[in-house]
Amino acid sequence: MNSTNDLPVKSADETQALVRKSLARRYRAEKRFRAYGAAAVLAGIGFVIFLFGTIFSQGASVFRQSYVQLTVTYDPEVIDPSGARNPDELVTADYQSIIRAALRERFPQVEGRPNLRELYGVVSSAASLELQQRVVADPSIIGSRETLWVLADDTVDMLLKDKVSRSAPEDERRLSDQQIGWIDALAADDSLKLRFNAAFLSNGDSRDPEQAGVRGALIGSALTLLITLLLSFPIGVGAAIYLEEFAPRNRMTDIIEVNINNLAAVPSIVFGLLGLAMFIALFGLPRSAPLVGGLVLSLLTLPTIIIASRAALKAVPPSIREAALGMGASRLQMVMHHVMPLAIPGMLTGAIIGMARALGESAPLLMIGMVAFIVDVPSGFVDPATALPVQVFLWSDLPERGFVERTSGAIIVLLLFLIVMNATAVILRNKFEKRW
Amino acid sequence: MAYEIFLKHDCHIVPNMLNGDCKQMKKTLILAAAATVAASLAPIAPAQAARDFINVVGSSTVYPFTTTVAEQFGRQGRFKTPKVESTGTGGGIKLFCNGVGPQHPDVVNASRRMNASEFDSCKKNGVTGIVEVRVGYDGLTISENKRGPKLDLTRKQVYLALAKQVPDPANPTVLIANPYKRWSEIDKSLPNIKIEVLGPPPTSGTRDSFHELYMETGCRTYPWINTLRSQDEKRFKRVCHTVREDGAFIEAGENDNLIVQKLEANPNAVGIFGFSFLEENLDKLRGSKIEGVEPTFDTISSGKYPASRPLFIYVKKAHIGVIPGLQEFVNEYVSEKALGEEGYLADRGLVPQPKTDLAKTRADVRTLKNFAP
Repeated sequence: MNSTNDLPVKSADETQALVRKSLARRYRAEKRFRAYGAAAVLAGIGFVIFLFGTIFSQGASVFRQSYVQLTVTYDPEVIDPSGARNPDELVTADYQSIIRAALRERFPQVEGRPNLRELYGVVSSAASLELQQRVVADPSIIGSRETLWVLADDTVDMLLKDKVSRSAPEDERRLSDQQIGWIDALAADDSLKLRFNAAFLSNGDSRDPEQAGVRGALIGSALTLLITLLLSFPIGVGAAIYLEEFAPRNRMTDIIEVNINNLAAVPSIVFGLLGLAMFIALFGLPRSAPLVGGLVLSLLTLPTIIIASRAALKAVPPSIREAALGMGASRLQMVMHHVMPLAIPGMLTGAIIGMARALGESAPLLMIGMVAFIVDVPSGFVDPATALPVQVFLWSDLPERGFVERTSGAIIVLLLFLIVMNATAVILRNKFEKRW
Repeated sequence: MAYEIFLKHDCHIVPNMLNGDCKQMKKTLILAAAATVAASLAPIAPAQAARDFINVVGSSTVYPFTTTVAEQFGRQGRFKTPKVESTGTGGGIKLFCNGVGPQHPDVVNASRRMNASEFDSCKKNGVTGIVEVRVGYDGLTISENKRGPKLDLTRKQVYLALAKQVPDPANPTVLIANPYKRWSEIDKSLPNIKIEVLGPPPTSGTRDSFHELYMETGCRTYPWINTLRSQDEKRFKRVCHTVREDGAFIEAGENDNLIVQKLEANPNAVGIFGFSFLEENLDKLRGSKIEGVEPTFDTISSGKYPASRPLFIYVKKAHIGVIPGLQEFVNEYVSEKALGEEGYLADRGLVPQPKTDLAKTRADVRTLKNFAP
């Protein structure tokens, strides 16, 4: 303080000169700051474009898949030698040999076991499953001939999508020269081409890239998040209302508040360990079940929802509360009728953030057994299931090259899921939004 | 601020009429919360009874093979498709050894043998009958870009290139900080390029195998370090298993595909990963020779390639006959169409064991021979 008093008093002109002198510097500082901001935003956008660019350029091809057109004969000798149309026999029949016969018919010049083995390798092993399903659904087709599209092997698919080079020496390719010859012959008369890949959306996981689909993971994620939402939203909002509107302000609630804030920053794997110890070891719930996944993820999202909901309640102007109380409303009525409707949009925002985080988690799911190879699509809350981020993680680590595009494809599906989820919440929020 | 205080405290300071309401309110809220929790836990009550599918846990190296068998097994339609978790060998064995009953896994994948302490913990928890099934081999390759320098390495050279401390060339009984920056500095016959090796992080089972198969063997070519092994095992491990941290060894994460991508971009780097990844990317990569032997199906299977490790699955005997299909699943695993030389696991990059070993493995499965470490 003393030093300012010692300064000589300046005249108005002197002050103005001083201001003029500093003006340019201050403008420059502002410009610089703006430039930093713009650069940061641009860099961010650049990275996002790069990320999405790579994902979409690698993953877009997953929605088209190579199919081969074959004319198969549903040979009764192979499918149903007894003629009894016994469903068990129809399921276990050797459909592979029907596919093989169709391939031999298409390329009659191929002879010798090793050559035939190569020829059979052009078609996916899923083809025989397709035949099996057709026959089981309608046994009357036995004995007839049919021309149908079946999945090609993933190596053929990679070649058609130009993901492997034709020019490499033969021993460095998964496809031999004669296989490429057959592929070109099939492609030339239009019986080998890329078609819409329905299998990717309707199948569960598989070790054959051409048959692997995201449906199992998608349903698993949906079931898990449903549990998470049903548990964490009501409990989180309830806790926020109680803490914000009713709880006494004392040491106890302070401790609770600090703990909630800390919990929001706890690494998610810790919640996985907690879930393993509590839900699986203590309560005896099954491993790998969406129910347990949902319970663990709701522990993870609760702090986020509570914090956001409390902020939303705090943001409601005091006048609303005072007016309600003044009109004789009880405290519960005040909260439920007047404060809550105004706070709901903010609470929904908290829920979106929490659910988006839950959707992207894979670490806690490792501990409770959801990082797993599961072929069957789950149909309930205690069926073994996996989740979309886990599927991305598992596929990214497999050696077959076909899984590279599937990994990106699963990321695209995950992003779409996220967008749909958030859009729903935004629509709800706008619907409830009240202005005053 | 003043308002906030009013709000927080008015359960206590506002007029009596409100106060009573406030208490009532609390009660209702607590009741409601309790009801929600109870309702959400209610459907849980019937804890899991029998399980009708096989549960496999364990190594991520064996995962691609066991999942293939599981899928083929499920397709036969007699039993449900087994569930295969990728938990890592150590974590898997821990789960496996936790006890007997449907809540515990039936099979564990392992990229190394189960050790004595793990076996003891199994026994302590009542898991006494365990069948060891050797499913094949995985070659741990050092691979490079096709445009790369065509390395022909010995394990001693690998050790010298990657250990944190190496014996002083002038006086081999003294350890010095690793001075080698280029391969040619280790041996004149090696190319004059920077040492750049991409490998797995310490949490990975592949890293353990790398230490064992490359570092340790290379290190033991020095007689005094080899004698250290029996005298001071701790120091031996520290000397042989510590990888340099000055940038020559780059930890590339658990994901082997990532290493493959980085090798594509950098022709002078080499990467450490399992043979199945090399096999799938032969158009881009080449396996470096180790002691003159190239990693191929035949050299790994015959044991000529020096850096190969056996892969196992362990089966819980007490679950056979209880969990539907367990015996059949193991039979499928060791069948000719899976494990044979032309089997579908060989197509996936699993190196099959020699015929005599396979026959022994099958005999073990048939008699359900008890495993002892």
